[in-house]
Amino acid sequence: MTKNKIIESVIHGVFLILGLVTVGCVFLITIYLVISGIPAIKEIGLIDFIFGTEWASTAAEPRYGILPFILTSIYGTAGAIVIGVPIGFFTAVYLSKIAKPKIKSFMESAVSLLAGIPSVVYGLVGMLVLVPGIRKLFNIPDGASLFAAIIVLAIMILPSIIKVSMTALEAVPKEYEDASLALGATPVETYFRVSVPAAKSGIAAAVVLGVGRAIGEAMAVMMVSGNVPNMPSLFQSVRFLTTAVASEMSYSSGLQQQALFSIALVLFLFIMLINATLNFFLKKERD
Amino acid sequence: MGDILTAKNLNLWYDKTKALKDININIPENSITAFIGPSGCGKSTFLKTLNRMNDLIPNVKITGEVCYKGQDIYGNSVDVNELRRNIGMVFQKPNPFPMSIYDNIAYGPRTHGIKSKVKLDEIVEQSLRDAAIWDEVKDRLKKNALGMSGGQQQRLCIARALAVKPDILLMDEPTSALDPISTLRIEELAIELKKSYTIVIVTHNMQQAVRISDYTAFFLLGELVEFGKTDQLFSQPVDKRTEDYITGRFG
Repeated sequence: MTKNKIIESVIHGVFLILGLVTVGCVFLITIYLVISGIPAIKEIGLIDFIFGTEWASTAAEPRYGILPFILTSIYGTAGAIVIGVPIGFFTAVYLSKIAKPKIKSFMESAVSLLAGIPSVVYGLVGMLVLVPGIRKLFNIPDGASLFAAIIVLAIMILPSIIKVSMTALEAVPKEYEDASLALGATPVETYFRVSVPAAKSGIAAAVVLGVGRAIGEAMAVMMVSGNVPNMPSLFQSVRFLTTAVASEMSYSSGLQQQALFSIALVLFLFIMLINATLNFFLKKERD
Repeated sequence: MGDILTAKNLNLWYDKTKALKDININIPENSITAFIGPSGCGKSTFLKTLNRMNDLIPNVKITGEVCYKGQDIYGNSVDVNELRRNIGMVFQKPNPFPMSIYDNIAYGPRTHGIKSKVKLDEIVEQSLRDAAIWDEVKDRLKKNALGMSGGQQQRLCIARALAVKPDILLMDEPTSALDPISTLRIEELAIELKKSYTIVIVTHNMQQAVRISDYTAFFLLGELVEFGKTDQLFSQPVDKRTEDYITGRFG
């Protein structure tokens, strides 16, 4: 018995340490980001940093205003949500409630594949197909724009939205749907008036997850957005928070480098906010 | 009293398994008809053929006829949603929607196009009164229905079924998940409701059939063994199998 007890507590300890590795990583990254992100903000001034509209980090008189990045990230994410959520939501309703088993399993594996495509491939296809397409369609000098980034992000967030929404919709007890059908409601009425409201927290969580994915994406948007620190406009080249860090880090130094850490800190705060929202919805779903 | 529902030579298969064998029955209007029999005898399956809820199960095949007011409900021109509106259903497990009490009752009427707030208020109150639950819930109509007790939830489900003004109410073991007092209230309610509705109830509980029903049908292994007036069926069963079942020799 004592021997068993010792083995139990050793195993318990091993699991605890493994668990703490994850927690430790999160902790270290947070602390590192805060420590290395604060100095530049102090030097530039919080207001000038956050609300400055001009980013010219390599100029003779450098300017470190990141409002263009913040707004680009917000607009880009919002645009992706506006396009991606309706498509993802209706696809989820179709797959979880209406589709025949064969069609369902085919489309589900397509969605999984979409989730597995590396973001650089999205960027590549966007660069070769979408960007020239936008240039021709809207007759503008350069197709690399916020619009192109929105389209790519909208497609990239589809799998998260579809899968999480489907899980929520499939968890709706069949008894609810039976009750509705027995009252003479049609199947489609039943899905939209009973199943969807019953799954609304899960669907909200799916949307928030999509927001998180969109705001954190760097590679694909860098390849299609033109990567110029303009204030955002739909058909102009823009730079996101993520791409701002990624594109200058390799050759930065001094205050410029510190400012990039500060951008990362801002991005991190956004993600924290999104995570808190996600947890809120997931908790609501469980209750 | 006329027969509101009749089944003629009704057979039903789940895949290859024959679950109902040549059922013939006439269910009289404004009465309570009880279906009894051991588990798996087909009584619930037969109940669900009466409002076509079996349509929702894949690989079900049905032959024969079920006539509601003289029309075959499996005919090509039948609107299933309209049929289910006329033939309401209460399920074994209380299944209120996860919404307010008010919205639960208003769901059916709204689905069928009633938008006027005044009209809906009226329907909600009348349905809850008819289901004998109005006094218990009138002060908390906006509260979530899932917060009610099981017995209250079941009466709410009855009220919800009544709100679309059906002719017939099918009840699939409506009290099997409830305590004795809640059961008694549902039984009293059923007796009250037969003045305006035709009720068909599936029950595991023979005493319940005796207490509330006018007619009883005994099912065994997918067959309708015997159908008749309740007092007659229980006092002088014609078929030996019925006698064995009601005297507790099996089942």
